[in-house]
Amino acid sequence: MQRESGAQGTEASGRRRTLWQALARLGPYLGGLKLRWTLGLLAAIAAGVVALSIPQVLQTLVNSLLDDGAQVSAVWSASGVILALGVLEAVLVYLRRFFVIPPASDAETSMRTRLFDKLQDLSASFHSAWGAGQLQSRAIADLNLLRRWFAFGSLMLITSVVSLIVGFTLMATLSPLLAVVFLGAALPIMVIGPKFRQKFVHFSRASQDQAGDVATKVEESVHGIRVLKAFGRGDYALEGFTQEADELRDLEVSKARTLAKFLMAMVILPEGILGLCLLIGLWQVANEESTGVSVGALAAFFATAAVLKGPIEGVGMMLGMTFTAKTAIDRHADVMDTDTEITSPATAKTAEEHGVLELADVHFRYSDAKDGERDLIDGVSLRVEPGETMALVSATGGGTSTLLNLIPRLYEVTGGAILIDGVDVRDFALADLRSRIGIAFEDPILFSTSVKSNVLLGTSHLRDADDPQNPSRAAAPAEEDLEQAMYGALRIADAEFVEGLPQGVDTPVGEEGLSLSGGQRQRLALARAIAASPSVLLLDDPLSALDVRTEEAVTLRLREALQGTTTLIVAHRPSTVALADRVALLEHGRVTEVGTHSELLERSPEYREVMSASVRPVSAEEVLSYE
Amino acid sequence: MSETYAGDASGRRETGDRFAHLRGTAGEEQIELDREERGFIRRRSWRLLVQLSVGVRRKLLLTAIFVVIAQAAQASIPLIVAWAIDWGLPRMTEGRSSGMWLPGSAYIACAVTAGILIFHYTRMTAEASQEMLFTLRGEVFRKTQALSLDFHEDYTSGKVISRQTSDLESLRELLDGGVNSLVQGVMFMFFTGVTIWIMDWHSGLVLFAALIPIAVMARWYQQNSEVAYRRTRVSSAKMIVHFVESMTGIRAVQAFRREDSRSRQYRRLAAIYRDDMIRSISLFGVLQPSLMLIGNLTVTAVLLWGGYRVLEGDLSIGVLVALVLATKRVFQPLDMIAMFYNSLQSATAALEKVSGLLEESPSVTEASSPVHLKDAAGDLVFDRASFRYSDAGPVVLHELDLHIPAGQTVAVVGRTGAGKSTLAKLLARFYDVSTGAVRLDGVDLRELAVADHHRHVAMVTQEAFLFSGTIRSNIALGRPDAAETEIIAAAKAVGCHELIMELPEGYATDVAKRGGRLSAGQRQLISFARAFLADPAVLILDEATSSLDLPSEALVQQGLERLLGNRTALIIAHRLSTVAIADRVLVIDDGRVVEDGAPAELAEAGGYYAKLHAAWQTSMGA
Ligand SMILES: Nc1ncnc2c1ncn2[C@@H]1O[C@H](COP(=O)(O)OP(=O)(O)OP(=O)(O)O)[C@@H](O)[C@H]1O
Ligand SMILES: Nc1ncnc2c1ncn2[C@@H]1O[C@H](COP(=O)(O)OP(=O)(O)OP(=O)(O)O)[C@@H](O)[C@H]1O
Ligand SMILES: [Mg+2]
Ligand SMILES: [Mg+2]
Repeated sequence: MQRESGAQGTEASGRRRTLWQALARLGPYLGGLKLRWTLGLLAAIAAGVVALSIPQVLQTLVNSLLDDGAQVSAVWSASGVILALGVLEAVLVYLRRFFVIPPASDAETSMRTRLFDKLQDLSASFHSAWGAGQLQSRAIADLNLLRRWFAFGSLMLITSVVSLIVGFTLMATLSPLLAVVFLGAALPIMVIGPKFRQKFVHFSRASQDQAGDVATKVEESVHGIRVLKAFGRGDYALEGFTQEADELRDLEVSKARTLAKFLMAMVILPEGILGLCLLIGLWQVANEESTGVSVGALAAFFATAAVLKGPIEGVGMMLGMTFTAKTAIDRHADVMDTDTEITSPATAKTAEEHGVLELADVHFRYSDAKDGERDLIDGVSLRVEPGETMALVSATGGGTSTLLNLIPRLYEVTGGAILIDGVDVRDFALADLRSRIGIAFEDPILFSTSVKSNVLLGTSHLRDADDPQNPSRAAAPAEEDLEQAMYGALRIADAEFVEGLPQGVDTPVGEEGLSLSGGQRQRLALARAIAASPSVLLLDDPLSALDVRTEEAVTLRLREALQGTTTLIVAHRPSTVALADRVALLEHGRVTEVGTHSELLERSPEYREVMSASVRPVSAEEVLSYE
Repeated sequence: MSETYAGDASGRRETGDRFAHLRGTAGEEQIELDREERGFIRRRSWRLLVQLSVGVRRKLLLTAIFVVIAQAAQASIPLIVAWAIDWGLPRMTEGRSSGMWLPGSAYIACAVTAGILIFHYTRMTAEASQEMLFTLRGEVFRKTQALSLDFHEDYTSGKVISRQTSDLESLRELLDGGVNSLVQGVMFMFFTGVTIWIMDWHSGLVLFAALIPIAVMARWYQQNSEVAYRRTRVSSAKMIVHFVESMTGIRAVQAFRREDSRSRQYRRLAAIYRDDMIRSISLFGVLQPSLMLIGNLTVTAVLLWGGYRVLEGDLSIGVLVALVLATKRVFQPLDMIAMFYNSLQSATAALEKVSGLLEESPSVTEASSPVHLKDAAGDLVFDRASFRYSDAGPVVLHELDLHIPAGQTVAVVGRTGAGKSTLAKLLARFYDVSTGAVRLDGVDLRELAVADHHRHVAMVTQEAFLFSGTIRSNIALGRPDAAETEIIAAAKAVGCHELIMELPEGYATDVAKRGGRLSAGQRQLISFARAFLADPAVLILDEATSSLDLPSEALVQQGLERLLGNRTALIIAHRLSTVAIADRVLVIDDGRVVEDGAPAELAEAGGYYAKLHAAWQTSMGA
């Protein structure tokens, strides 16, 4: 929903942007391009001029053979001139590409990497709203298209226009009257031109967006393949995909049809008018005494008109390409114009690392929340002392994961403040803040690399020395201790199973870690959170996929390891709560109770309800009445 | 011992197959190929291209014809002008106006014909090309859906996406521009060449001689560009894979401050892609001016030789002018043809990859004459079934003998990594057993019709995956033809109706990418509702309630007990609360069933389960 409305909004803004404004947006990428592009343009125009002049030169040269009588030297010199021109033409064509291709590719690459950087900086809410394929199609297909336009389309458009103008001027000098008539052909084109533009841009935008949707479907169908297989719903997915692909096909065909109509007009109008010119011209020549138009002039006129044929067609095609390129720019701008809400402050504060975590009247609501509804996090105040382990308990959907995500600023609080070691998280440099925090999400989010790279994700493993996101911390394991840190973390997470994997810690874990069992994945995610020895540890239901025994082992080791680490742990079970010194109950967006497990069990009926399996008995009738 | 069979996972590599290493997606990243290898790969791509053209061939032919006619119409325009002057003018001076009307209307007729045909062939080219792409997209999609999980585990979604997007894009370039430019170019060159021969065979010979360097260049270009384009396909796929994975795992990337190192990595990949791309483009950048140079040299040669013959009086000067101009013209379309050739090279490189993917065969397939099972009771048998994920990997299930009578509710417990999910996945036929058999109602799953299997067995996987789209459509995935009321009933049964109604748009709420709009527990409930809706004879729940709070879990449990009715159910759980409703408990450890019996019995028996039970009771604070 969100994305659609967003895309519509941006399409509107894209429509308002003119081609020039769109191009101006590319300024930052074109640094190295401008000079070379201009040189390339000159080469292209020069090549065009040479190509046009060769036949003329040939004609005069061959005629000169006649004048001088039989002169061998004339043959040689004529051939020499033609050879020189021929070589020049080839060289110019080579130069055009030589000048333009590398900087165009550089521009493409820098757009691509900047887009990637931008995307990585955009918040989780942006990412959940945008289909994966939309981003991917912007990063690859759109930019390939732009490169081709820079390197080829833009030059050809200009050269075509230039030859059009030159040809037309030539024609006007030969026969002003016919030139005026011919100009009449341009009028209807001026009328249909903007219409064509509008329609074509619409279809090109729609089809590029649709291509993104198709890619999204592909991605989802692969990521969700287990579900599709479990229910045998490959056909169903195929149906959905086919619909999208079908729409893409329709849009592409409509786009081509629009272009085809324009191309047709670009042929019929000038050539049709030329037909009229022929009629008029013949009449004029037949009445040469009164009109003064000679046969020679008529023939020359049509010879010149023929020169315009190529450029006119070229302009049609290249306009199509240009509009598609503009769409690509618009789509690029959509993403680049999105505000990166979560950034490091201009002047960052920092604090000595103790691990005091304080939530002060924290409010948060998702952007799509209904008006008038209370905030999802509605004024949470809580203080976790250094080294303390605090469990956070709520009913399903109570907002615990959301709250956890607020601390490393994956989402931004909408009210109140979160303080770590006395400093508002918004005042820390992001890297500083996040390097203090270790987090285990409720779904493991592993990468398809080795166990080792996954566990050491938060450390300096496989980072360049000058990685700005790896601020030095006293507690962080040094380069040479990484191995040890990894084994330590694996031990605490009871993830020693990795030793038994085919290549030990170097075993690739498969896409999203899916060649491991559920519990194994979760333990790797847990090990990852602790490996960098953060001062604040956020664990989102870290034991949910573990059996009671493993859970016990992990709990024991964690308890020991967590001694000095401030920990906020989301718990759904008493066994997880057992890790905690104190428990906070999150209810209706607020922390309503804080105390030890047994205190709360005694004191709070709500806590008892959430923490014990003995719920209000549901009668058989009640359940059956659901059916 | 497994060494000898290594790499024989899907049985596609017969021994003695010279191209075993290239079949399917195996040799995807191999760039340098020897003669035979490239022959093999090229044949495969070509075959695919030819197959794709089925159904649009008539359209392509018609397109070609239209191109020819349109070309002819446009080419005849100068002739009409000449005719108007030579024939029309004298007639007009004779006072006959037909000398004006005939050429004039012929001219306009040609223009209109050309215009209309251009419209049609541009449209038809797009239609044909989109039709072929549509077919291919569908094929690739179907193939990726059909391929088994073992394939997907190491192929990664990024590569599939790259096949479906950027590779298809190359093909599209070929299809969009190809036919027109090829037909136009060849036609034009042919006719101009013939006129040159007719005018003067000497010059024809020169033209012929020019074919030799052209052929040499073409060959050089083909060999080099093939490799270069293959390289771009590989590097582009790598870039896409990195992109997709970074975006999918964005939360971890941000939380663990990997933006910068991921960005550097992406920069590296993008730079490699750029270099590969430039290399392939530069090859064309050499080919194009070289061809032009050859053309211009030929013009010079014709002029030189012709000039001499003019001097000797063997050739008229008028013919020489015409010859030289025609020679210049004959090479013009070479540019277009070269461009076609360029996109052909790029497209074949892409098709190599796509055809490789299409060549993959799923390791889990339907039998050639499958057994149909209209209704299933739900009787399950594991008959000496053993399983390993790959031939090199460890045995995950050891010769398992197990009978689950129809209607039984079985709880499966055991340590993590013991093989519980594997057991479930074998029942759902994500994989086939390595040895032995799994049977449903006495029918080996491998013999059972796939559709029937899916109808009778449904599984809630350990990963609660939701698709972007509405909650309704996500639940309906369990049974797409279900009525709204049934969907709501399923949601009510698992206790998520209320929470759905609280969402902004109720059942029509878009759950966003991967269900990100919902909390983990809510996602599980929706997945659960999906399984209820599927209404299978055998229901498998793999940790379906692990992220729920206790009251919700208990609620689900209670609903479950009644709803299971006489279904066979396999419930994998770590929380022994689930076990309360089971008739039987299986304890799995290290791929073996180590305990098997009624819950109460096992709790007494003092084994693994008893310990679990005790641990659970203390952990529940009881
Ligand atoms: N991206 C989002 N946009 C809008 N609403 C959301 C989004 N993510 C979660 N919600 C809603 O916010 C509420 C809290 O979600 P959250 O994931 O924080 O719950 P939770 O306490 O972690 O639950 P669980 O115990 O099931 O994991 C839920 O009702 C959910 O539907
Ligand atoms: N796709 C796979 N490829 C290779 N090995 C796998 C794959 N999936 C699981 N394994 C391995 O097989 C073993 C059994 O895994 P399985 O998923 O069946 O465990 P489980 O009992 O379900 O554990 P959990 O309770 O953690 O979910 C594990 O050692 C695991 O690493
Ligand atoms: Mg949660
Ligand atoms: Mg499992």
